[in-house]
Amino acid sequence: MSSEKLNRFKYSKRNLWSGILLGIGIAAFLDETIFHQLLHWHHFYDKSTTNMGLVSDGLFHAFSWFATIGSLFLVADLRSRSAFWLTRWIGGMLLGMGGFQLYDGTIQHKLLRIHQIRYVEDVVLYDLVWNLSAIGMLIVGLFFFIKTQRKLNSGIYHK
Amino acid sequence: MLYELILISPFMCILVLYFVAAIVSSRKERLKKWPLYRYGLWFLGVFSAVAALVGPVAKQAHVDFTAHMLGHLLLGMLAPLLLALAAPMTLVLRTLSVSSARRVSSILKSKFVRLISHPIFALFLNIGGLWFLYATDLYAAMQQSLILHWIVHLHVFLAGYLFTVSIIYIDPTPHQYPFIYRGIVFLLAFAGHGILSKYIYAHPPVGVTVADAEAGGMLMYYGGDIIDATLICILFYQWFRATRSHRFAN
Repeated sequence: MSSEKLNRFKYSKRNLWSGILLGIGIAAFLDETIFHQLLHWHHFYDKSTTNMGLVSDGLFHAFSWFATIGSLFLVADLRSRSAFWLTRWIGGMLLGMGGFQLYDGTIQHKLLRIHQIRYVEDVVLYDLVWNLSAIGMLIVGLFFFIKTQRKLNSGIYHK
Repeated sequence: MLYELILISPFMCILVLYFVAAIVSSRKERLKKWPLYRYGLWFLGVFSAVAALVGPVAKQAHVDFTAHMLGHLLLGMLAPLLLALAAPMTLVLRTLSVSSARRVSSILKSKFVRLISHPIFALFLNIGGLWFLYATDLYAAMQQSLILHWIVHLHVFLAGYLFTVSIIYIDPTPHQYPFIYRGIVFLLAFAGHGILSKYIYAHPPVGVTVADAEAGGMLMYYGGDIIDATLICILFYQWFRATRSHRFAN
């Protein structure tokens, strides 16, 4: 087995996590940039948000910045170790994006009522598209995760 | 005019002292030349602190909350970051004689410095101080009393510096904490800053109009994002460097 494959297997967790973190960062970035700044679908703060919602929003905002930058340094680290595993990384990224979007669409929008996706009559439609696309990403991400996990467990690599 | 000179004189002093120390220590034969970019960082750091205290931003800050917030970003976040990157303590240690440098480093190792430079303690001084300022009547009181005004500004600057050096290690740091530990503390501080920005947006401090609080809160939020992103980059870069040396060792 090539040493690069061995390195990939050795750092399989770091590949996965780096992908997940970037996925969270991308989802948060799209939310902020496209839906808030460019389309003005929702606002900076709608003032009816609960305290709990504000705290959750603040933590996630901070975390998504941290995750975006951190994940890219993790990729640099993996590459310098010749251990970057694209399939697993993309799997992680889709899991991160889908997971964040589902959390945002259910907990943040509906439970904590931080904001709606858009302030219109039939917001249910938007919620459906939002959450179903999140579930779609989760499924594809899970597919990649299982695929690489099989390789990992196939017995070629022992610690 | 005289008042403003007194206000900025400590900063003029540290500017001159730094340059003198850098030039003098660069003459020592056993030492490398002090890098030019650090002169630049120190100058810019002093400049952004001074810009918050005197001149157009400071003048506007008395009547305009958004200008006040710009001053806060300059004094409490940007200036501390630039000054920390200029590695003043490294410069002090290499400029002083060996015995004096030892005395300074024993102060750095003291329990007092250990306490105030602890990431969590610095977090409370920094973010806790800001909440205290904007969520209570302190902001209104500060506009009335000159002494209070000075104390608040001094606190914002020192707490900002303390927090910066408790998260990223540029200078010698006797009491070190792991990257993950500092990362988590930083996250909490970043979140606390963002939450306070939105809190200000919805709850204007006493004496601040709604429109002014909204603009100031947004400036605080996005301005904080930019500087915090720089801090995150430095933190992770240091992590990357630290693990690289392990890679070569293997």
